[in-house]
Amino acid sequence: MVIWAALLVAIVAPIAATAFSPQLAWRDPIYIGSGFAGVIAMALLLLQPLLAGGYLPDLSVPQRRRAHRWIGTGLVAAVVLHVGGLWITSPPDVLDALLFRAPTFFSAWGVVAMWAVFGAALLALLLRRLGWRWWAWRLAHTSLAAIIVVGSVVHALLIEGTMETITKVLLCALVLAVTAKVLIDLRVWTTQTRRKTKA
Amino acid sequence: MSTDALTRRTVLAAGVAAAMIGASGLLVPARARGLAPTSSMRGGSNNYLPGAPIVERIGGGGFWMSGTVRRADDGVPIEGQRIQIWAHTTEGRERDPHSHGATLTDATGTFRLEMPQIVPTFGQPHGHLAYDGGDFETVFLRPVMRSAEETSLRADFVLRPV
Repeated sequence: MVIWAALLVAIVAPIAATAFSPQLAWRDPIYIGSGFAGVIAMALLLLQPLLAGGYLPDLSVPQRRRAHRWIGTGLVAAVVLHVGGLWITSPPDVLDALLFRAPTFFSAWGVVAMWAVFGAALLALLLRRLGWRWWAWRLAHTSLAAIIVVGSVVHALLIEGTMETITKVLLCALVLAVTAKVLIDLRVWTTQTRRKTKA
Repeated sequence: MSTDALTRRTVLAAGVAAAMIGASGLLVPARARGLAPTSSMRGGSNNYLPGAPIVERIGGGGFWMSGTVRRADDGVPIEGQRIQIWAHTTEGRERDPHSHGATLTDATGTFRLEMPQIVPTFGQPHGHLAYDGGDFETVFLRPVMRSAEETSLRADFVLRPV
């Protein structure tokens, strides 16, 4: 119960704090919406390693797998809305970002994280069809997950936007910490696990 | 055969010494007469609208954009050059026509235009400036404010004659 309450706070607080940003007054609805899509994506990102690691109580394995897939779908949607909304707001700025020629350092991190989100989702969709060994698939999916987390955190921290600073830093730290924990706990990147699963 | 003259150490030492001379500015006199022209900044031309009108100030004002315009090589201030300015402000988005305005440089090559407070957009509080008259090569600048609290921003142009 405590964990669920803490999780609710961790997710709702940054979104709620964004709603009080003074910058919203100078933005039109589409720009505001795309900003919120980014904040929501960051908040959803916290759920993925929690579900993957089985850290949330009262969830069966099939339940958390299904939840991980749904949240993943939500993440893809949020990223598409984020980038799409920014595109409508200022096409040349988004084009610069996508082509890695933007003057803002953080946009490249965001674009890399975006492609990693698409890649991780595609791997999940093609899990059966690819027919990879389980350890190989998991190594690929979690490598992309690590890129998503690091890319998104750097992206968010460097931006001077609508996210409130304290809730932003806390959310980013939580996402990083939980991701690191799940990668260590599940021993995804150790050769031992690979040997074991292969055998 | 003697290899004393060119050991790895001497090559390294010579390389470092050459780099230090270069970095120390000792070689600058060779190009002191040539003031280098300003290059356009990345993203500088984003949301540019050609032909912004010359205005007393953009919108309600309260924020100052200023700078100088000089000629490349000799650094002579250029009078009467039209500088176009736009930004995301408290009164409008970058691409709104009413966020755009232009002003002329005075005899000292200085320009100064009052505009609404710039607010962060696309992650940074920044402004845009353009020189695109016919006499010099076009330059687009995109200076970033050190803090969103600042109430002024400056950008200097060194233009290369066409």
